[in-house]
Amino acid sequence: MLDPDLLDGPAIPTRRSGARRLRREWTFVIPTAVIVLELVVSLFPAVFAGLFGNGDPRLCDLHRSADPPAPGHPFGFDTQGCDVYANVICGARSSIAVGLTATAISVTIALIVGTVAGFYGRIADQVISRITDVFLGFPFILGAIVVLNSVGHRDTLAVAMVLGLFGWPTMARLVRSSVRSVASLDYVLAATTMGLTRLRIVTRYVLPNAISPVLIFATISVGAVIIAESTLTYLGVGLQPPAISWGLQIAAGSRHFQTSPHMLLYPSIFLAVTVLAVIVLGEGLRAAFDPRRQQ
Amino acid sequence: MRFLARVASRAGALAVVFLGVTFIIYLAVFALPGDPIRALAGDKPLDPATVATLRAAYHLDAPVWQQYLTYLGGLFHGDLGTDFTGRAVGSLMASRWPVTIALALTAWALEIVVGLAIGVVQALTKGTAVDHGLLAVTVLTSCVPIFVLGVLVQQFFGVGLGWLPVAGVRAGWPTSYIMPAAVIAIFGLSAVSRLMRGAMIDNLGADYVRSARAKGFGPGRVVGLHVLRNSLIPASTYLATDLGYLLGGTVVIEGIFNLPGIGNLLFDAIRTHEGPTVVGVSTALILIFLLTSVGVDIIHVGLDPRLRRA
Repeated sequence: MLDPDLLDGPAIPTRRSGARRLRREWTFVIPTAVIVLELVVSLFPAVFAGLFGNGDPRLCDLHRSADPPAPGHPFGFDTQGCDVYANVICGARSSIAVGLTATAISVTIALIVGTVAGFYGRIADQVISRITDVFLGFPFILGAIVVLNSVGHRDTLAVAMVLGLFGWPTMARLVRSSVRSVASLDYVLAATTMGLTRLRIVTRYVLPNAISPVLIFATISVGAVIIAESTLTYLGVGLQPPAISWGLQIAAGSRHFQTSPHMLLYPSIFLAVTVLAVIVLGEGLRAAFDPRRQQ
Repeated sequence: MRFLARVASRAGALAVVFLGVTFIIYLAVFALPGDPIRALAGDKPLDPATVATLRAAYHLDAPVWQQYLTYLGGLFHGDLGTDFTGRAVGSLMASRWPVTIALALTAWALEIVVGLAIGVVQALTKGTAVDHGLLAVTVLTSCVPIFVLGVLVQQFFGVGLGWLPVAGVRAGWPTSYIMPAAVIAIFGLSAVSRLMRGAMIDNLGADYVRSARAKGFGPGRVVGLHVLRNSLIPASTYLATDLGYLLGGTVVIEGIFNLPGIGNLLFDAIRTHEGPTVVGVSTALILIFLLTSVGVDIIHVGLDPRLRRA
């Protein structure tokens, strides 16, 4: 079906009008505020963990194992008698680090691979598309389970690398198709006629104009990675103690949910709010930069 | 002829993906740094003759490509490896398939019926509180990890209200399967409903709908017959690939609800560090995923003539 909007406006989103619209949208302002707060918390956990006077996540008292919330301990205690609030605040760092690192790895691979496939075409395109198909052949969690199962020491970086390794194919397809559509535009032809090198055309003219769909997708994928990390950790192939992460806390809490629900609820709420903020932000960006909605 | 050509090209693509996927699994498991024979011996020093015998027995002295071919040959004969106690992983899985298939299909059916219904309601009430409310609910549920949802639902409906069995399959299908299947299905609802909503809204504004209305057809016939049928395509494409992903979801959910399926085998194997079982079961699930996606794709092409031209 032909969209009448497409006939008037350019097919490539215009950045300025999108940005202007964003500032008025709550779907942009609220999640951005939440994410900025999360980033500050994960950079300076000690400041926020100490708000209720018990800021050391590793200062534990076995006498108070799994005790419900008490004064100075708003989220209660875990089975080791550690303060759940301090742990949840400190757990933000590894969950967010895994989300951002894995997505950064995926985006980097996708940009290189997708640009080569979309711009240089022919044989490279064929080969890269087949490799992309192979990686798409792994159902999300299962590929990560196989690889992580044979990784002995699983820290934030190892988990992020494996999740990044299985996250790039969809993004690479996005990059490939938007690079192809930009590469056929007149200004690219003009640049070619002027005798610019292909590398310069790609980095200076093609990529900056083709990058927005994949960045929007990447925003949403940060949330998916955070969820995947917690699921892998729950299964026992994700992060390992003594690391502090929401995944580890939720996994431990889910085993004691009947007797002490606070151990599961608080880290879950923090994780869900973070993922929600990321997804709403991604959707907000998608709506703002969607050429079909530009009037 | 076009249909056959399409089937042939899909089968060719499947072969490439199959080789690539098995090779990556092979590399991840068998070619990572570390000596399996050393690991087997633990701290004790091993007699060089024993090491040599073991290496020959497991083809570890052959070059990597030859090891991979041996492994691939085993896969074709249904050999998914043996666990630490010497049982074949393939036979461990045999009795568990019915549970997992029942669970995945129940979840899929729920996802289709509920997801499409939500999308249709949203499209028909576009822009109202109902539309926004349903969107909020489907997005919110997709932000919670599936195992948290599983534990919450299990506690609330199983332990708290006592409506459904807490765990196990003793009550049979469907009673034992409703809760776990619903949790798996909830995860896909936001994608299905959103695709359905978008397609419905596009189609409601299409020219052929205006023509149908102009001919005097009632809203029931216009929406039910024309719009609905044409709007099903994006959602059904998603649902086709999703059947394979549901198998991945069963790993976590079978563990929580203690359903004796393939996923639970994998779940237990990870906990007990049964490396060979983890790899064998995951490989089997990944291969099933590949086969389902191709199978469903071919059925899809058969059903929708327009796809044959692509």
